[in-house]
Amino acid sequence: MAFIDYYKVLGIEKNATDEDIKKAYRKLARKLHPDLNPNDKEAHTKFQQVNEANEVLSDPEKRTKYDKYGKDWQHGEEYEKARQAQGSRPQQGAGGSQFSESYDGGDFSDFFASMFGGSGGGRSGGRQAKFRGEDYNAELHLHLKDAYHTHQQTLAVNGKNIRITIPAGIENGQVIKLKGHGGKGINGGPDGDLYITFQIAADTQFKRMGNDIYTTAELDLYTAVLGGEITIDTLSGKVKLKVKPETQNGTKTRLKDKGFPVYKKEGQHGDLYITYTVKIPTDLTEKQKELFRELLKLSS
Amino acid sequence: MQTKNLIPVNEFCVHHHVEFSFISSLQECGLIEVERKQDSVFIVAEQLPELEKYVRLHYDLAINLEGIEAIAHLLHRMNNISHDMLVLKNRLRIYETDEL
Repeated sequence: MAFIDYYKVLGIEKNATDEDIKKAYRKLARKLHPDLNPNDKEAHTKFQQVNEANEVLSDPEKRTKYDKYGKDWQHGEEYEKARQAQGSRPQQGAGGSQFSESYDGGDFSDFFASMFGGSGGGRSGGRQAKFRGEDYNAELHLHLKDAYHTHQQTLAVNGKNIRITIPAGIENGQVIKLKGHGGKGINGGPDGDLYITFQIAADTQFKRMGNDIYTTAELDLYTAVLGGEITIDTLSGKVKLKVKPETQNGTKTRLKDKGFPVYKKEGQHGDLYITYTVKIPTDLTEKQKELFRELLKLSS
Repeated sequence: MQTKNLIPVNEFCVHHHVEFSFISSLQECGLIEVERKQDSVFIVAEQLPELEKYVRLHYDLAINLEGIEAIAHLLHRMNNISHDMLVLKNRLRIYETDEL
């Protein structure tokens, strides 16, 4: 467990006044506050450190203890005994500024716990700072076909089962927040949130581009030349398609509203684009070859 | 018939230790919407996370209303840009995997 230089964390001198601490804290909090840095884990971690530093340095009792035993925090107990022997008691009404009360403090470091016991809070004067619980992050892997339908899924997070509804049309990499499903709040503070990042595996048959889907369909030579009807697979089932005579290899066709559902817009879909690949017949019989030769003569 | 969950603004103010005038100011500058029914003022439950965020910005970080407006605007833009980036990344992924 490493020693944490709280003065360094706040960027202040050891002889900083309460006002200096407040100013430094406020400046850093405005820069690193989770509300201003959504989804930025680094800022979140730094904010926790700044919060912890403020928790200690803005409380005269904690600051005195830290200044005296900071580097030798293991001797904290001796300090406690000595303090009790002197008959001192916690100061009333002094200490931390009120504005840290509802900050997203999350967990405090082991160093803090070792020196001051437990987690944050314990502010003097009968006030206890409330801290929001830690935010959790999880990844959920889905197949493209799963993301096509709104469905429910049960997740196990820290031993608890959470049933969530995944709306159709969710994007790869999209993050959804489940409020209050993170770590427990401290001193009655709100629970943290759970952030779920969706990872949608690439599909070999269907490619998704926004709300549109791209796929390929094979055409035999005869259907491509003479036209006809084919049945293709889509994400919502099989669809019959009319093929125009003399369809070229690589021709693209669009099926309106047969693409991916638009996220949280019920009934709206993108389009499905089909690229035809014409398959040349193989293993021809002698008779078939003869007919092709005849065709060649006719067309030359 | 569609139902709405409404939270009385008075209760919100008592619970969060905020002044009613702050909520009114947010409403006046268009950051939140309130509903008036009979003699009471309510906020729609879906707006609660946003409102709580504005409360934190104002009371915890001492950011004034003009600052909150600017931050809300920039966060909204940041959110849109993040979404566009996600869509573009996914589009790029198609070309990185294989040709259609």
